[in-house]
Amino acid sequence: MLEVSDLEVSYGGVQALRGLSLTVGEGEIVALLGNNGAGKTTTLSAVSGLVRAGAGRITYEGDDITREAPPKIVGRGLVHVPEGRRVFSTLTVHDNLLLGGYLVRDAKELARRVDRAYALLPKLAERRSQQGGTLSGGEQQMLAIGRALVAGPRLLMLDEPSMGLAPLIVAAVMDVIRDINEDGTAVLLVEQNAKAALKIAHRGYVIENGRCVLDGPAADLAADARVVEAYLGGVA
Amino acid sequence: MSQLIWNGLFVGSFYALVALGYSMVYGIIKLLNFAHGDLYMLGAFSGFAMLGAMGGLVKSSSLVALFVVLILTMVATGLSGVVIERVAYRPLRGAPRLSLLITAVGASFALEYGTRIVAGPNPKVYQVRLDGTALHVLGALITWQQLALMAVSIVLMVALNLLITRTRQGRAMRAIALDPKACLLMGIDVDKVISRTFFIGSALAGAAGVMAGGYYGKIDFLMGFIIGLKAFTAAVIGGIGNIPGTMLGGLLLGLLESFGTHFVGGQWRDVFAFGFLILFLTVRPTGLLGERVTERV
Repeated sequence: MLEVSDLEVSYGGVQALRGLSLTVGEGEIVALLGNNGAGKTTTLSAVSGLVRAGAGRITYEGDDITREAPPKIVGRGLVHVPEGRRVFSTLTVHDNLLLGGYLVRDAKELARRVDRAYALLPKLAERRSQQGGTLSGGEQQMLAIGRALVAGPRLLMLDEPSMGLAPLIVAAVMDVIRDINEDGTAVLLVEQNAKAALKIAHRGYVIENGRCVLDGPAADLAADARVVEAYLGGVA
Repeated sequence: MSQLIWNGLFVGSFYALVALGYSMVYGIIKLLNFAHGDLYMLGAFSGFAMLGAMGGLVKSSSLVALFVVLILTMVATGLSGVVIERVAYRPLRGAPRLSLLITAVGASFALEYGTRIVAGPNPKVYQVRLDGTALHVLGALITWQQLALMAVSIVLMVALNLLITRTRQGRAMRAIALDPKACLLMGIDVDKVISRTFFIGSALAGAAGVMAGGYYGKIDFLMGFIIGLKAFTAAVIGGIGNIPGTMLGGLLLGLLESFGTHFVGGQWRDVFAFGFLILFLTVRPTGLLGERVTERV
């Protein structure tokens, strides 16, 4: 449903992506692995329209979205949960969720979606009227995911959801992602924590210096000597 | 005593109306819009022009005429605010804040001297004077017209507060103030919401301009300068970016001036206002209701 081909992006002369290609199919979880600065975040930002592609093509459900503005892309059901969660810190949990559904004009439908997010993430329901910034890191990640769900994604892109979280919380976040996927939402998961990501992913790509150097089924990648050495060795 | 309080609240409600636009724009794009006071001036002139065009119709029922003119002027100044943002500020989004600030000062001069070219340098006299019969309320002399203007201010402020706290648009405004980039990922058309914010803020300033024209009777092309600074002061006192705080700041500034003028003398009025500005900037820069954000990372 998502097809990225030969994508190139530069920031003021520094080339972050050099001909990156990847696909995400209906109902898949695809992991995007790589070290800091490999171009993972840039890839997601280009797909969601936050940064402009210099060259290459991004198609989503058959439409070329390479030059579309972010709000329009969100409206297509391609939703990006950014790195660092970017929860609206002084707004309540409930307001944060409502904002995720900014494009949903039907109040009843919006309320239904917010309730569904609460059902999936019960911790948020308890914290409903608390300010987003007062939540713990794990709860903020859940809020960021819940907020994206209210937008009604068919493809959810998550940037480093495990960042800064304790192993137990990472596992909980990964479980939530798997639940969301089992409800039929495709997931493009950017992670430095390759081990956690490959556990739930169907397929994966390894990127280095702005292009894919390796790809395949998650189980194969997890067993691949190069991946183990570079990304799984030190990670407990 | 009650007269002083009433005068303070009355002038303060003008300050609050103008300060709200200041505060909203600062809240959403962190710009001190120095051209904001000039939209108040523009409102006064547009009201003047409209009343002139309505001619004889005006005399018979001045308050109703003023009300119609008020609405039309709010639309006109609101649109002016949108144009200023589009032409002067939007191209500089992401530029250093100082560039934006200097541009705002430029926009202010452009409005002032543009008005001077069109309307001439001499003060104009409003055809509608609002100095009718007075009531005695708790020992204060209050005119019906003052009451009407005060009521309009209150209605506008309450409406604004509801818009910001209860509606989808208001929620988007508050979110953009915190993180515009994340807002794009929520599907919010950030530019459009910023435009609307300018519209609302400028419309409120325009409303205050017409009301001031009707109340004081005399307007000139530099009248926006000092009120802009006063509104800025009011916003700082209440907590810039904070809507209820800004309303409070406006009323408080009106009271401070009213009491200060009475006890120390009229020539000290501005000294009072700006003395408080300095006091707040040093002692409590977040204002009365502005709060420091505590965040866990």
